[in-house]
Amino acid sequence: MEKIFTKPESLYDVPTHYCPGCGHGIAHRLIAEVVDELGIREKTIGVAPVGCAVVAYDYWNFDCSEAAHGRALAVATGIKRVRPENVVFTYQGDGDLAAIGTNETIHAANRGENLTVIFINNAVYGMTGGQMAPTTLLGQKTSTSLEGRVKEKHGYPLKISEMLAILPGVYYIERVSLDSASEVLKAKRAIRQAFNNQINNLGFSLVEVLSPCPTYFGKTPKEALEWVKLVMQKEFPLGKIK
Amino acid sequence: MQRKRILISGNEAIAQGAICAGCNFYAGYPITPQNEIIAYMSKYMDKSGGVFIQAESEIAAINMVYGASAAGARSMTSSSSPGISLKQEGISYIAGSRLPAVIVNIMRGGPGLGNIAPAQSDYFQATRGGGHGDYRLIVFAPGSVQEAYDLTQTGFRLADKYRIPVMILGDGILGQMMEPVKLTAKKNKAGLRKPWALSGCRGRKPNIVKSFFLREGALEEFNISLQKNYQLISKKEARYEGLNLLDAKVILVAYGTMARIAKSAVSQLRDAEKKIGLIRPISLWPFPQEPFKIKNKKLKYLVVEMSYGQMLEDVQLAVSGRNPVEFLGRSGGGVPGEEEIINKIKKIL
Repeated sequence: MEKIFTKPESLYDVPTHYCPGCGHGIAHRLIAEVVDELGIREKTIGVAPVGCAVVAYDYWNFDCSEAAHGRALAVATGIKRVRPENVVFTYQGDGDLAAIGTNETIHAANRGENLTVIFINNAVYGMTGGQMAPTTLLGQKTSTSLEGRVKEKHGYPLKISEMLAILPGVYYIERVSLDSASEVLKAKRAIRQAFNNQINNLGFSLVEVLSPCPTYFGKTPKEALEWVKLVMQKEFPLGKIK
Repeated sequence: MQRKRILISGNEAIAQGAICAGCNFYAGYPITPQNEIIAYMSKYMDKSGGVFIQAESEIAAINMVYGASAAGARSMTSSSSPGISLKQEGISYIAGSRLPAVIVNIMRGGPGLGNIAPAQSDYFQATRGGGHGDYRLIVFAPGSVQEAYDLTQTGFRLADKYRIPVMILGDGILGQMMEPVKLTAKKNKAGLRKPWALSGCRGRKPNIVKSFFLREGALEEFNISLQKNYQLISKKEARYEGLNLLDAKVILVAYGTMARIAKSAVSQLRDAEKKIGLIRPISLWPFPQEPFKIKNKKLKYLVVEMSYGQMLEDVQLAVSGRNPVEFLGRSGGGVPGEEEIINKIKKIL
């Protein structure tokens, strides 16, 4: 009998440390599936972020480096420039990529580094206990915006993908979501595209993944998915940005 | 490379030393008084087959070095005091991830933006780790342009050997002054095999470069292994120059540019038949303990620094109360001169 569904070789068979309903597990798996399908496991180097996914290398069966909070794209630049034959990607949250690491993000993109970026946007800081993120929506309650994000006090949700898209060094940006099976399949296609671009030396590619964090949305896993679909996607519309 | 002498500045000698040592990755950000290093690397890294990146910040530069070292390169960044403060985050991560790297600090006046005059006021920052956590760097303080060239090469060798960040600590005078340098490409270009480096996991288990140890007890185990490495380095890598130590009544202690001025004072005083010696620490960490073990109750030490007394504390620790330790120092652009040193010695003799 033909086996049509299996665990990717790039993903270890280990228990997860993520909360029920978290999007990281899905995103990790999509990357592992793409790495397997492209046959690049033995030349892939991942750069893990600071945040809930810091131990992403406990799940991925390929070479990985940590990076200080926000510095993943500087670290990835160093790796890729030394080893252009390898496939190098970063996996970063919204705080990492769009707050503390904004400078590294913009300049790596502007240099047109031939890298793949998987940007997990869940509109909140997870690891540290649900504080306001650069991508937190107006009105969204967090532990540092108890009455909800207010534009006068906190500014607006940062659309870093749209900002990056204006840079000539950027080749590809797409925003996807993990809120349903069909969107997960689209997300996988975008991730595959972003890896393929690097293999074909086309330059900086970023996939923004809208991802549920039920714990700090204060919702059940199912409600969290609905919130991503019905509320988050209004602020962060899906589709190809560049 | 041919053995020849060329006239270059201390900054250029460090850059050329790096290239001769097989440095194949440099990232930096402009800051005075070390701009000749970044300019030199920009000019020659491509020709030598390496990578040069002018980074968007000191922070990005040190993190690019982290990545390049993780991928197995011989990597370097350079800066001056305020920029080195910015790099401390990355240096701590490099130490915590057991990565080799060479970091050059051509010191200027501080605190804050300070000025661009030469200084030695980053000694504490350099020798105590500088960033967060319980770690050390090997710190070399060249006293001449030739030594800047040589120690940079030694720095790359030791960084690889012990998997530790190495700092070349100079000051604005050393960086800017020109002296003839004999180029002597050492045979350490290839470096060590780096089975831990990231290269893709073909034919082996995945390598992970990390400094995060969440499991209970894991970080303590790791930190103990760091300390063992530091103990080994302390034993093997302390370096100093000693001058007229056997009969000295006063021993000057100075490093880098300050030691050159101290040396002139010593020779003037010797001409006047005063029994003065000099200890010039070349490695600031590990700090050389050996020359301070002289048994002579009448001996006095005089520490001279372009700071208000930072190496002084290491000398006091090394002397352990056996002899008096006097101090002369200026900072913020002030450099203790020969006459000031001689006057001070006359007072304490």
